[in-house]
Amino acid sequence: MALADKTTLDTDAPKISEATASDFLALLKPRVMSLVVFTAFAGMVLAPGPINPVIGVVALLCIAAGAGASGSLNMWYDADIDAVMSRTANRPVPSGAVQPGEALGFGLVLSAISVLALGLLVNWLSAAMLAFTIFFYAVIYTMWLKRATPQNIVIGGAAGAFPPMIGWAATANTITPESITLFLIIFVWTPPHFWALALFKSAEYANAGIPMLPNVAGPSATKRQIFAYSVLLAPVGVLPYLQGFAGSVYGVVSSLLGAAFVWHAFRVLVMPDSDSDMRPAKALFGYSILYLFALFAMLLGQGLVERSAFFAGG
Amino acid sequence: MIVMDNANATMTDKQRKARRSRSVAIAVGLAALVVIFYVATIIKFGPAILDRAM
Repeated sequence: MALADKTTLDTDAPKISEATASDFLALLKPRVMSLVVFTAFAGMVLAPGPINPVIGVVALLCIAAGAGASGSLNMWYDADIDAVMSRTANRPVPSGAVQPGEALGFGLVLSAISVLALGLLVNWLSAAMLAFTIFFYAVIYTMWLKRATPQNIVIGGAAGAFPPMIGWAATANTITPESITLFLIIFVWTPPHFWALALFKSAEYANAGIPMLPNVAGPSATKRQIFAYSVLLAPVGVLPYLQGFAGSVYGVVSSLLGAAFVWHAFRVLVMPDSDSDMRPAKALFGYSILYLFALFAMLLGQGLVERSAFFAGG
Repeated sequence: MIVMDNANATMTDKQRKARRSRSVAIAVGLAALVVIFYVATIIKFGPAILDRAM
């Protein structure tokens, strides 16, 4: 028998892939992607100046694809961590549905396509920001900070905060104080959001060897940091009103929502370390998602109303 | 030494279905890219891009 006719398979040999299109779709982290598209859309609508609706949809598709590419690269690199955490063990790479090389190739190709398409069809400022965001999430956060420092999600949170700035740049082709405010809202929101999760999932993070704040500095220090960031977040959330690009309804509601955020954080602060159920932390985690959604929904709604009024008025 | 010749390897039903699923997704993705670039080019440059002196 000729050598070339042999088919010798063992565990180290390349396998014929059994990954379906839906497995690759799961690599894109669709739920994270939907939040990215939502905040980017808000930034795009709020920015001054016109944008063709079709070009706007193209920009959102590119931003969504770029976010998905980041997710794929993250799942490729973090497969070892994902495998030991219940929340992530069923992801396509640790479950064996997608080979690591497939996730890496998919992420790289999608990154290139999304950045080039955004640059060619929309503008190169937004494309450069998308490229930086993908690099920041995949390399700075995933490969470096996540395993190196308990401040991982503080700095890494920037990756999740860029999409509204990219959306703004897609419309206005600029970076302004207003778009930086949209960035700041998500940037300051990220630490209390993730540390609330890390508090009641600290055993899993410790098991995976990730230096989250509760595992490194302890629950008491984490609760103080959560409270400090929440006190900072409340006024930052009102900044769009103070800067004049959001109306008085937004000003009132965001103030109330910010106060409720601080109240939830205070309940976490006074939660005893012996509380194994950690209901205040779980409540804060759930409320933080509602808070961010509500702020951007109000901004998006206001932007859409203003734009439709502009078109209706000719 | 690992010798593998996919031409002679027998694919399981699951592998064949998965490959078909990936192929269809790639085809749809490429078709979508063609449409997006075609439409976006006309929008950015205007309908005059279709005018060509004969």
